[in-house]
Amino acid sequence: MRKLVYALIVLLLIVHQDFWWWDTYDPLVFGFIPIGLAYHAGVSLAAAILWALAIRYCWPAGLDDEEPGAEGGAGREGEHA
Amino acid sequence: MTPLLIIMGYLALLLGLGVLSNRYFRGTAADYFVASRGIGSFLLLMSLFGTTMTAFALVGSTGESFKAGIGVYGMMASSSGIIHSACFFLVGIRLWSFGKRHGYITQIQFFRDRFESDKIGLVLFPILVGLVIPYLLIGVMAAGTTIEKVTGGALPASMFPAHGVGAAHVAAGAVPYWLGAAVICIIVLTYVFFGGVRGTAWANAFQTIVFIVLGCVTFFVIADKLGGARAATEAVAERNPDKLRRTVRPDDPLTRYHADQARYASARTKWQAAPEAERGRPPRAPKKPHGITMLHFLSYLFIPLSVGMFPHLFQHWLTAKSARSFRLAIIAHPALIMLVWVPCILIGVWATSAVIDGKPVIPPGFSNPNAVLAVLVGKLAGPVLGGFLTAGILAAIMSSLDSQFLCIGSIFTNDIVGHYLRRDRLSDRQKVMIGRAFVVFIVIVTYLLALLRPGAVFTLGIWCFSGFASLFPLVLAAVYWKRVTKAGAYASVLTTAAVWIWLFAKAGYGANREFLFLGMMPVATIIAASTAALVLVSLVTKAPSAATLEKFFGKPRHAA
Repeated sequence: MRKLVYALIVLLLIVHQDFWWWDTYDPLVFGFIPIGLAYHAGVSLAAAILWALAIRYCWPAGLDDEEPGAEGGAGREGEHA
Repeated sequence: MTPLLIIMGYLALLLGLGVLSNRYFRGTAADYFVASRGIGSFLLLMSLFGTTMTAFALVGSTGESFKAGIGVYGMMASSSGIIHSACFFLVGIRLWSFGKRHGYITQIQFFRDRFESDKIGLVLFPILVGLVIPYLLIGVMAAGTTIEKVTGGALPASMFPAHGVGAAHVAAGAVPYWLGAAVICIIVLTYVFFGGVRGTAWANAFQTIVFIVLGCVTFFVIADKLGGARAATEAVAERNPDKLRRTVRPDDPLTRYHADQARYASARTKWQAAPEAERGRPPRAPKKPHGITMLHFLSYLFIPLSVGMFPHLFQHWLTAKSARSFRLAIIAHPALIMLVWVPCILIGVWATSAVIDGKPVIPPGFSNPNAVLAVLVGKLAGPVLGGFLTAGILAAIMSSLDSQFLCIGSIFTNDIVGHYLRRDRLSDRQKVMIGRAFVVFIVIVTYLLALLRPGAVFTLGIWCFSGFASLFPLVLAAVYWKRVTKAGAYASVLTTAAVWIWLFAKAGYGANREFLFLGMMPVATIIAASTAALVLVSLVTKAPSAATLEKFFGKPRHAA
């Protein structure tokens, strides 16, 4: 699933280059949004969905252990701060 | 007077928020610079979104679509939705984790440790600060100009008479530029000074909500005044259909372009007939619409990578309470971009063709696309919405300015004073004091520079983004590639600087605003060069020490 989600994100970057709508505004979505704009609004929503899937299936291991107060957290604040 | 009262009310609210955030200040440097790493999901989303979306999201997007049509959304907005979240997910969370484990406050602290090089801080410092300063100036200048433009008649005309001509005209009784810019600087300074990064996070959350809501309200009001969204788009399809797609066809009517041409011809004739001593600058010929090429569109994808290297974003990432706090920002950021940008893009496109009572709403020859939204609101929505929209524009400006002021203060305090002068022996209280003093100093310097009104700074915007984006391979490699070396990092930074300067000079030092190199945005070339330098030099130089690799990537696994 992890690989599939990353593949879908790469695919989204590819289909972002929508040469098929380059030279047309027809159809007008909801009667007023040119298809080239509606398509890219859809790309934005697809990005939100894909990143939600990435969080579900590709979340980096081990990070959730580093909650406030965990070892190496606030205790090390003085090292640089 | 109404817009001024609304703006004053809004600024007073912000001031109150700044003072309130000070009540939660714990007095430590970690609290001042990274809010004790305690910012939750919602505040993190709002502060990241507010920081990445400048006033450009409202006025710039409208102006760009007025000039170039709907293609601007795909080029600048939907690409950002994908790439910004990628930066948060792939880089932001990792950097937060390193920051938490090792107590980092600034990017330079991280790079010094990761590349085992004290000097890399000295190389990065002027580059990072140099790229942020034009960005700050643009914000302060835009705020002063916005207030000046919308407050005509609010003050006594005898004290503040009308002046300037054409696009530089200022109505009598308007709040002068120097005063508007000073008020904005003082408001931002107040909540950054007292509240630190927590103050900026609170203010950003409030301001982000304000500009999202106002963007939507403006859209519905303008659509209604133009006879409905459908009628507004149909007018564009009839008069300027090229604005609804990314190409210009030979049979397109180009109504606005021809009207601009007619106005230019008349202005040119008048200019030529005038005595030479009174001529002034010749009128500028309108540019014929040319559409957007696929390569130009594709290469713009690199620009949003700048988010991965913005020092002010780095600081916001470090404020997160936990890795989980990033989740909402990663998911919602693309959707919020859509919510703000789609209405503004449509308004800009409609403005090209809107006609009321037989007259174009935006007159032919109108030469300031960034003022399109303000003119539309002024003509169609009246003073109340005008006042609120101005508050929204100022909100977008200030929500970026605050983080940038604070991050430069942090860099000076932690990477220069704390690191070199006091050798990391500053007490918490001293760090907060120095941080605040630097923020005051930077605000004053920025304000004084803004008084000079260096118009050329606006051409630097895209070049600053290109510079940050071209350093993205450095941070990506630092986070994921164990083999990246100190020499590779230097090679990447120096190559970025060299190629950036070379292309900047080729573009007439920013004068050619439509400059493309090999048909692409210059960032594509710079990023390719910086990546090549990083990889090649790293592969032929000594790998980092085992101690550094263990510090950032854990103990190596050996075969049993």
